[in-house]
Amino acid sequence: MEQLLQQVVAGLATGAIYATMALAVVMVYQAIDHLNFAQGELATFSTFLAWQMIEWGWSYWAAFALTVAISFVIGVAIDRVLFRPVRNAPILSQLVAFIALFSILNSSDGEIWNFTIKSFPSPFGTKPLFGSGLISTHQAGMVAVTLVMLALLYVFFRGSRLGLAMRAAAANPEAARLVGIRVGWMIALGWGLSTAIGAVAGILIAPVVFLDPNMMLGVLLYGFAGAVLGGLSSPGGAVLGGFAVGIIENLAGTFIPFVGQELKLTVALIVIVAVLMVRPAGIFGRVAVSRV
Amino acid sequence: MMLEVRGLCAFYGQSQALHGLGFGLAEGGIVTLLGANGAGKTTTLRALCGMVRMTGEIHFDGKPITGRATEDIVRLGIAHVPEARGTFVRMTVEENLRLGAMTRRDHSAIAADIDEVYSIFPRLRERRKQQAGTLSGGEQQMLAVGRGLMLRPRLMLLDEPSFGLAPLIVAELFGILRRLNRERQVAMLIVEQNAALALDLADEAYLLETGRIVMAGPAPEIAKDEAVRRSYLGY
Repeated sequence: MEQLLQQVVAGLATGAIYATMALAVVMVYQAIDHLNFAQGELATFSTFLAWQMIEWGWSYWAAFALTVAISFVIGVAIDRVLFRPVRNAPILSQLVAFIALFSILNSSDGEIWNFTIKSFPSPFGTKPLFGSGLISTHQAGMVAVTLVMLALLYVFFRGSRLGLAMRAAAANPEAARLVGIRVGWMIALGWGLSTAIGAVAGILIAPVVFLDPNMMLGVLLYGFAGAVLGGLSSPGGAVLGGFAVGIIENLAGTFIPFVGQELKLTVALIVIVAVLMVRPAGIFGRVAVSRV
Repeated sequence: MMLEVRGLCAFYGQSQALHGLGFGLAEGGIVTLLGANGAGKTTTLRALCGMVRMTGEIHFDGKPITGRATEDIVRLGIAHVPEARGTFVRMTVEENLRLGAMTRRDHSAIAADIDEVYSIFPRLRERRKQQAGTLSGGEQQMLAVGRGLMLRPRLMLLDEPSFGLAPLIVAELFGILRRLNRERQVAMLIVEQNAALALDLADEAYLLETGRIVMAGPAPEIAKDEAVRRSYLGY
């Protein structure tokens, strides 16, 4: 029983990161109707930026804040420079743009910071929380930071004028233009927010999985699984899906004998396929209906 | 002239939907476009908002707006109330109204205007917290007009405002449009299936056939025309 509880709580901690990545993926998906395959590489790049600042002797939180801000700008710039020109291009051209972004970022990371694995500091420490052995202080910190960020995003999207405009632009671009919303800039903002959110995920998970150019590859797959499970059209659903995938992954690794540590990623992929078979739009997603 | 249109052509892919339309709309005036399905009425409104590929000249307040982005045209004070109503179905009634005022920065006046829309359409006040997609067709039409008003428009482009509404509600809606025109000098360009209603409200009317204007004149005269009466008024 205690082991079950422990695995669920540990699953929640990694699930927080998957939820964050799932949210980042959904944010771009809502804006441009495409999965951003480079979401993980963007997050890794951001994490390297933070690592570099900390190496220079900056305080952790200063590096954290500046990295999130720079990531936001990078996201906006990527949309304006790379994706806006191909907005109406055939889907394969857009796919190529994603792959290009992926490999440019991945090789840049390796070129600038090389491929050796780096340890990343945690501001929360890694001692057991309250000495209980249930969860470490860093894991608790991951969950706390994630929840604070989700709350801020909720307030932004529900309460602010800009958040309302972004939701409108995603829901119905044509009607949004007719009330004077600059849809192109709302998409760029979506990219910025999504990249900033990814940066938070990368910085939080780096102390656990160690930093190298391929750090987010697996994490992004879990993030995709979470987003698909919850529904790509539902930001709240994607977050819940991310948490659920974290827990499922941990429980399967512990209690299904042949899964172990090696097949955990397979479990995530099975979840994706199973959900797509039963509910193509995800648990909280909506099937898009278009009038012809 | 507040709005002047010359040589307006519009295209959907290879096919041409409008063939050189020309018309004008005076400050505070009401013009209606009549015609059968596919005559190009909706396309005309969409072309004015830069939503279809087009050539020709459109001047608003004497300034050319041809080729400008939809959102920039809206910011000049032109509210388009589209036929499919352009409602944000997953958002509440109140959020839809707030979206209508997205181009404005005067927060207190926006709140007052929302209240005024509610006093014009009391049904919307009852449903302010409801998702717009759950409203009836008539209520969604009220919401679409209300959202247009939130822009404090100088010109409203109304596409089939009576579509799908019960006769009583249609009469009420047109009464409200007339009042808005008189009290606030909101100019209107109305596309309507219900030609009798539109001719009653409008100062001037244009009859469209396959993308061309085939008849133009003061609304009362058009209403008297034998051919129009038989084809569009049904008596």
